[in-house]
Amino acid sequence: MTDITATPMLPKRVRFDSEEMVARVKRRYRSERLFKSLGGAALLLTAVFVVTVLLDIIYKGLPAFTQHHLVLDVPVRADVIDPKGTKNPEDLRSADYFALMRDALATAVPGIEGRVEKKRLNGILSSGAGNELRDRVLADPSIIGTTVKVPLLLSDDSDIYLKGKQTRVTEIPARGTAVPSATKGEITITSSGTEFADDVAVLKKAIVNRIAELKSRLTIVETRDPQAAEATSLKDEIAALEAHSSQPASAETLDSKMPSLLVAINGGLVKLSSISDSSATGTALLPLQSTNEAAPGKWSVVTYDKPESNRKTGDLEAAVLEKLRADGKVENKFNTIFFTHGDSRDAELAGILGSLVGSVLMLIVTIALALPFGVLAAVYLEEFAPKNKFTNLIEININNLAAVPSIVFGLLGLAVFLNFFGLPRSAPLVGGLVLALLVLPTIIIAARASMRAVPPSIKEAALGVGASHQQAIFHHVLPLATPGIMTGTIIGMAHALGETAPLLMIGMLAFIVDVPQGFTDPATALPAQIYIWSDLPEQAFEAKTAAAIMVLLGVLLLMNGLAIWLRSKFERRW
Amino acid sequence: MFISKQVNAVAIAAVTLVAFSGAAAARDQIRIVGSSTVYPFTTAVAEQFGKAGGKTPIVESTGTGGGMKIFCEGVGVDKADATNASRRIKKSEFELCAKNGVTDIVELKVGIDGLTIAHAKGGKPVALTRKQVFQALAEQVPDKDGKLVANPYQKWSDIDASLPDVKIEVLGPPPTSGTRDSFHELFMEKGAEGFDSLKALKKADEANKTKDFEKVWKSVRKDGAYVEAGENDNVIVQKLEGNKNAFGIFGFSFLEENASKIEGVSIEGVEPTYENISAGKYKGARDLFVYVKKQHVGVVTGLDKFVAEYVSEKAMGEDGYLTTKGLVALPKEEAEKVRASALALQPLDGALIN
Repeated sequence: MTDITATPMLPKRVRFDSEEMVARVKRRYRSERLFKSLGGAALLLTAVFVVTVLLDIIYKGLPAFTQHHLVLDVPVRADVIDPKGTKNPEDLRSADYFALMRDALATAVPGIEGRVEKKRLNGILSSGAGNELRDRVLADPSIIGTTVKVPLLLSDDSDIYLKGKQTRVTEIPARGTAVPSATKGEITITSSGTEFADDVAVLKKAIVNRIAELKSRLTIVETRDPQAAEATSLKDEIAALEAHSSQPASAETLDSKMPSLLVAINGGLVKLSSISDSSATGTALLPLQSTNEAAPGKWSVVTYDKPESNRKTGDLEAAVLEKLRADGKVENKFNTIFFTHGDSRDAELAGILGSLVGSVLMLIVTIALALPFGVLAAVYLEEFAPKNKFTNLIEININNLAAVPSIVFGLLGLAVFLNFFGLPRSAPLVGGLVLALLVLPTIIIAARASMRAVPPSIKEAALGVGASHQQAIFHHVLPLATPGIMTGTIIGMAHALGETAPLLMIGMLAFIVDVPQGFTDPATALPAQIYIWSDLPEQAFEAKTAAAIMVLLGVLLLMNGLAIWLRSKFERRW
Repeated sequence: MFISKQVNAVAIAAVTLVAFSGAAAARDQIRIVGSSTVYPFTTAVAEQFGKAGGKTPIVESTGTGGGMKIFCEGVGVDKADATNASRRIKKSEFELCAKNGVTDIVELKVGIDGLTIAHAKGGKPVALTRKQVFQALAEQVPDKDGKLVANPYQKWSDIDASLPDVKIEVLGPPPTSGTRDSFHELFMEKGAEGFDSLKALKKADEANKTKDFEKVWKSVRKDGAYVEAGENDNVIVQKLEGNKNAFGIFGFSFLEENASKIEGVSIEGVEPTYENISAGKYKGARDLFVYVKKQHVGVVTGLDKFVAEYVSEKAMGEDGYLTTKGLVALPKEEAEKVRASALALQPLDGALIN
């Protein structure tokens, strides 16, 4: 095939300015332009996808990096946390710090009475609100008996509310003079103005809509079964609503399926249950300081746009949080818990440290096994192994192994490491072993490729001055191939870091609170943690999931950056 | 330099071997496997248990069936102590357990989960019956003469004129999920029983020991009307927000947590609310279970205390912390019964399982 034809080509005059030629050149340029623009478009499309995904994750995840706290003055009462007065660390650790937090909150938001209301008030705090104080007391028991300013962790729902993801709050200053009838309980507010007229109009419209909605529902129910119990109750509801809307002068009632209307007056807050043009009745969420007349502009009508039944944060909680925010007692701080704690079922207490440590431990095992075995296997196969059918078979299988789905390695790990060797479930040791198997082919292939890239002249020169084959390889070829091997290894490790499927089979997809201390401690891994959080119903975990993805991407970026840096620093070109 | 690397490799291998031998020590940490539906509740109990002084149990999410397999592997410190299940243990699983020496199993009925069909908020309210759900999603449905034909319904309005005039599109869990099993049993089987011809088929099955009826309600149509959306219920919620005409199938806790985005469809005129499910009025509800190896009590530290914590009033009671996580509490009387038998660690009677 390399034969050069015996008959030389006859010199033929080519006319470059012929019409045919010009057209052909044009066509060639056009095809190149098309190819270039298609390539550019493909690149742009990819970039758009990547940027969309990244922006979406960052948008969802950023809120998880901050966490709202209440900063309150908390009296560290000795009779609650150290009744025996021993200052024994054991007793101090198991004391009820949450009780102190409850008292401090009740001081900051006075006047909330009733068992249910108190429970709801305490519900704005996280169950771990006392942890910060506990740590401080343990570090310095001398603060017992004094009053300290500590941040109280808020619950995930309060945090989401304060981050403004729940409802819009609008406050309209009133024009008339208002008189409340009481300071707590059921209160009627009469105004000299017509503050509530607009709201009444809105409500009337809402009722008309609701009637239409109910009627369409009734048709559905009736076509199926005219005698159904639901049909009767729907008919009653419609009749009641229609009777109501036909009396234009009457007061309108509000329920939890409509936007919440509240009146802020005399330092308190009243949730309205019924309104007419110039007066309104409701219950006090926050008690009023007096029943004095409030001048125009001194009181206002507050609306929470989203109906209470559609929110996780009720009106009472929202009112308390708004008050605390107005008092300057709410602080949005960097969420250190996220980086210093293990998993938790309370979103505000959940952190990634446990899974991050688990991932690091696994990668240590992986690299300790995969790198020496992979490189030595590559050296042997590339330089020492006889070339025969058997080594060919091994080579093909190594290449195939690199393409085996990772779940298969998980099954192998379950069968061999757990069931046969009896290693513990959920241990980073087993995870590392499985991942080492997973990345071994990648490392072998990368190591062989980079050894092949070292010019043969180097090996030949070494052999020429009398080095043995082994010396030539280990003293000259391998050091020169190291940057390539390192790059391959780091990319293999990054691949291993992102694997979830094999970990599923060996029990690392688990709820583990404690941060692992060793290779056989139960642990989970970053991608497994992400998977677990993404499956939980609480809304706050959505942000946690995205934030954990950001951390994982950050680690991957770091590893790949290291690979690029190593390559550019040590790479030699010939 | 490279010689030392080889030495390193040997050293690492040695360390690994040491770790191998150290793995079979006794255990003070409870291990639980099983259903992803019960996972949020068991983990909450585990965390409380850990805060009260015990070592926080490890809870794995393996699915009900996978959990049963691990649970029934045998008795010993390297075996799981308990498994979560979103349905009752099957006869075959009970027998597998017994074969491997797991003879004393304590059953905890921890609460109720409503299986809900929901759609994005803002659409018109829809009311369905289980019969209609069966008609919409079964692979084969009876025609007018009661003969089984391939599902002809393309739009909801084809089934019943009162239903919306939109394409049938339901997002639900894949067959590996316990939620899917429950969906078949709670909706499809009961829906199929609404047809006289299928009822007759069921009777014929019982007489001839065939499984034709089971085949009918256990098969879901494959022409795109039912979309398998994966185990992750959050994904279904997100997809519903994007597609106002689609319906999704998931547990009540997701409906409750996402009340601002989606709303439930009433089944047989009963809305999926906490009260309706707890009172047993809502037809699409199922019991959730945790199974514990009695043989491990006393061997694994704290297992009996963990059981006590799970069935305590402050956990699974009406105002307990599990209800804030979305569990529907058992009616008081039943809860008392469960508590009594759990605290006595009464083993499950194999004769009662079918």
